[in-house]
Amino acid sequence: MTLIQAVFALFAILTLGAGLLTVLSRHLFHAVLYLILSLLGVAGLFVLLEAEFLAGVQVLIYIGAISILIIFAVMLTRGMARNPGPPLNNQSLAAAVIAGLFFVLLAPVIAGFPWPQTTRGVPADAIEALGRSLVDPNQFALPFELASVMILAALIGAIFIAREKR
Amino acid sequence: MVPLSWYLLVAAALFCIGVYGVLARRNAIAILMAIELMLNAVNLSLVAFWRYLHPATTTGQVFALFVLVVAAAEAAAGLALIISIYRNRETVDVENIDLLKG
Repeated sequence: MTLIQAVFALFAILTLGAGLLTVLSRHLFHAVLYLILSLLGVAGLFVLLEAEFLAGVQVLIYIGAISILIIFAVMLTRGMARNPGPPLNNQSLAAAVIAGLFFVLLAPVIAGFPWPQTTRGVPADAIEALGRSLVDPNQFALPFELASVMILAALIGAIFIAREKR
Repeated sequence: MVPLSWYLLVAAALFCIGVYGVLARRNAIAILMAIELMLNAVNLSLVAFWRYLHPATTTGQVFALFVLVVAAAEAAAGLALIISIYRNRETVDVENIDLLKG
């Protein structure tokens, strides 16, 4: 096992272990902390895949913004945190069977497919090309602008829904 | 070099963990967290495909970025809904939120 494979195994175990603890934790706040750990593992895997920009965005948006938003929601619904009750519903066994079966179906397909063994390197200006393609009218300028409109709509909608009605 | 299939297997396992969380948890916030795990698994496989199959293009990374944007919007709107439900009904347990059940 080479060094890079050992690092991959470390991040993979971090991601999957923390992900499993996220869905199994009894206390919601612990679940959020494990979610942050799992997202950090995914960011590490992005670095291994040479997608440095996405790794940075992952840390900024997911760990920096979305996790804090979820922590706010946990705090605002504090009555639930005091007596959480059982964390799983009565169909959890069936859910485990379904999720396990899904993985058992997916794994042989992924492992058996003849993926290309060698790959070309990432061009040195990959981040510059990514930035240019987002504002290039012939590539992703329109989806980029639409995404900003959608973010604005979600922002206004969130404020309107969560506002105190008088 | 790590084979592409290893990344895809990790992504598949993470997605299945998310599926289990969505189906089995009772707290609406926990369900939202499991959805975030599923979106992350999809992003991981998108970036892995980009790196191993088309590293010279930007499409894979751009797609992952848009998934991230949608995840942020979904988290904001979903948590606002949960807070609104908690204010009106004093619970975020999805077993007790059954207004639409006949």
